[in-house]
Amino acid sequence: MFVYVVRRSLQAIPLLLLISVLLFVVLSKAPGGPLGPYLANPHITPADIARLKHNFGLDQPLYVQYLRWLGRVCAGDLGYSTTNSMSVVDAIMDRLPATLLLMGSSLLLSLLAGLSFGIYAALRPYSLGDYLITTIAFFGQSMPVFWFALMVQLLFAVQGVNAFGYHIALPSAGMCATDECPISERLEHLILPALVLSFLNIATWSRFMRSSMLEVVKADYMRTAAAKGLTATYVVMRHGLKNAMIPVVTIIGLSMPGMVAGAVVTETIFAWPGMGRLFFTALGNFDFALLMGYLMLVSCLVVFFNLLADVAYAWLDPRVKYD
Amino acid sequence: MIESAPHEYRIERHSVWKRFKRHKLAFAGAVVLALITLIAVCAPILHLQDPNEIDQANWMGYPLAPGVAGHLLGTDENGRDLLARLVYGARISLIVAFFAVLMEVCIGTVLGAVAGYYGGIADYAVMRLTDVFLSIPLLPLLLVLTAIVSATSSKAALGFGLIVVIIGGLSWMQVARLVRASFLSLREKEFAEAARALGNGDMRIIFRHLLPNAVAPIIVSATLDIAGVIVLESTLSFLGFGIQPPTASWGNMLANAQSNMAIAPWVAIFPGVCILVTVLAVNYLGDGLRDALDPNMAGR
Repeated sequence: MFVYVVRRSLQAIPLLLLISVLLFVVLSKAPGGPLGPYLANPHITPADIARLKHNFGLDQPLYVQYLRWLGRVCAGDLGYSTTNSMSVVDAIMDRLPATLLLMGSSLLLSLLAGLSFGIYAALRPYSLGDYLITTIAFFGQSMPVFWFALMVQLLFAVQGVNAFGYHIALPSAGMCATDECPISERLEHLILPALVLSFLNIATWSRFMRSSMLEVVKADYMRTAAAKGLTATYVVMRHGLKNAMIPVVTIIGLSMPGMVAGAVVTETIFAWPGMGRLFFTALGNFDFALLMGYLMLVSCLVVFFNLLADVAYAWLDPRVKYD
Repeated sequence: MIESAPHEYRIERHSVWKRFKRHKLAFAGAVVLALITLIAVCAPILHLQDPNEIDQANWMGYPLAPGVAGHLLGTDENGRDLLARLVYGARISLIVAFFAVLMEVCIGTVLGAVAGYYGGIADYAVMRLTDVFLSIPLLPLLLVLTAIVSATSSKAALGFGLIVVIIGGLSWMQVARLVRASFLSLREKEFAEAARALGNGDMRIIFRHLLPNAVAPIIVSATLDIAGVIVLESTLSFLGFGIQPPTASWGNMLANAQSNMAIAPWVAIFPGVCILVTVLAVNYLGDGLRDALDPNMAGR
């Protein structure tokens, strides 16, 4: 197992190098390249641009520039962000906690809700609850994240909902990140963005969980486990879940690109001070170093999650030979 | 041919049609999609208002409510008829989706066929390329590309052609994998051997003998991708990097909806409902096609 993990990790290195080459070439096509933000500044003369170009080594061939960039990245330096007037590492570190909070809570919510809805639907197939879950999941997969975000804002923030004798109105923007902000208010700010970001995952994962669990409950070992006198819950949760999870972990691993995209949209709509919004603001200014850093970081995240899914797959399924 | 194994897709027209009809929601999806397409195609003869014309007689600087001054669904924040914009937006969404998927299917089929048929170094190269593109989150990459292209080219070059090329050029990976998988098993079959023995060239074997047998999964994947492209285009347009105003698209109609949501919720609701209904119809259709064309995959 250890050898398998190491080998799969090593395979990720050439993949990430290829990704970085591709992104570097694409981004260098931006108007003005890394100096783009300075082109619009009337105080910077063409002579200054030429001097900056020479100083930053931008008059060198592209592959030399790339190799230099790679060397700096290996030393932990992602360059200087022109939009934020600080180093890219600092800019990302500033926003990382907010994104981790949002993505982490969405992942947790997606796992809890997606898997339990799927299991529930599989255990009572073709019941009212099953139809309800399947239909909502289908709607969830067909709805653009940004529109769901708008509708959630309209319903829970702009108009508010009357339920159980309370008027529920949640904040529609911001994170409430000051030190004085009480934990309850932080949670209130988190609920809507986390719900929006996890909705697509819940929809997809519950559908896969349902079909996978439907296969598993028919298996002989489930009947054997039940015949041994184990409780139904134990049979489903121990014997069923572990086997039903095998195809589902792949789907979970593959959802990372969608979550990154969803985070860009969600953070923009809910004014959440995370990395997605950092990226979106840098986009209009062609902040070369920041865009490059962000795209590399999210690609690493995707590759890492695929790796994690492969390892989880091998761990769950003893039939997989990983040598 | 031979009895069905996971990678074989036998198409018998009668049983396919029978299985498809049994899938009621897929049938309904096909009908809804046909209706939407019909409305979109017929837009110029439907006696709609001009989608880009501001109703200067009635517009007071804020969206008109549905039913006011002859606007069945109201107007947007610029006093333009919402119904007309929705219908013309449907044209954009469907055209972009159709051509982007056509492009992705062409690229994916050629790359997948080359990888699966020749194997070896070609296979390795195509599969690594697929890995690379699957590892970069699509939306951020699309945003960067559209931003760069629209900044470097003249304004006239923009429009849906650019969106089609960029989306189509970046979403061929799934098709390439499917075609490759089919070709890996098909090229070992007796009929492929026979075609080769008869002296057919590689191109003829690939396109005349192997491809027709790999068409079912491509159709299913392409149908579901139409839904994906509609969502993707609307997201890009919503964020301001897709179809540019004044051309109406369902996505860019929602771009300013957020700031008017308290006084004009209909501006935010209607375009989204159009997207949802269309995408739902396509998804149900794709689901039904999968069950009909490939019984092995039913229920997935």
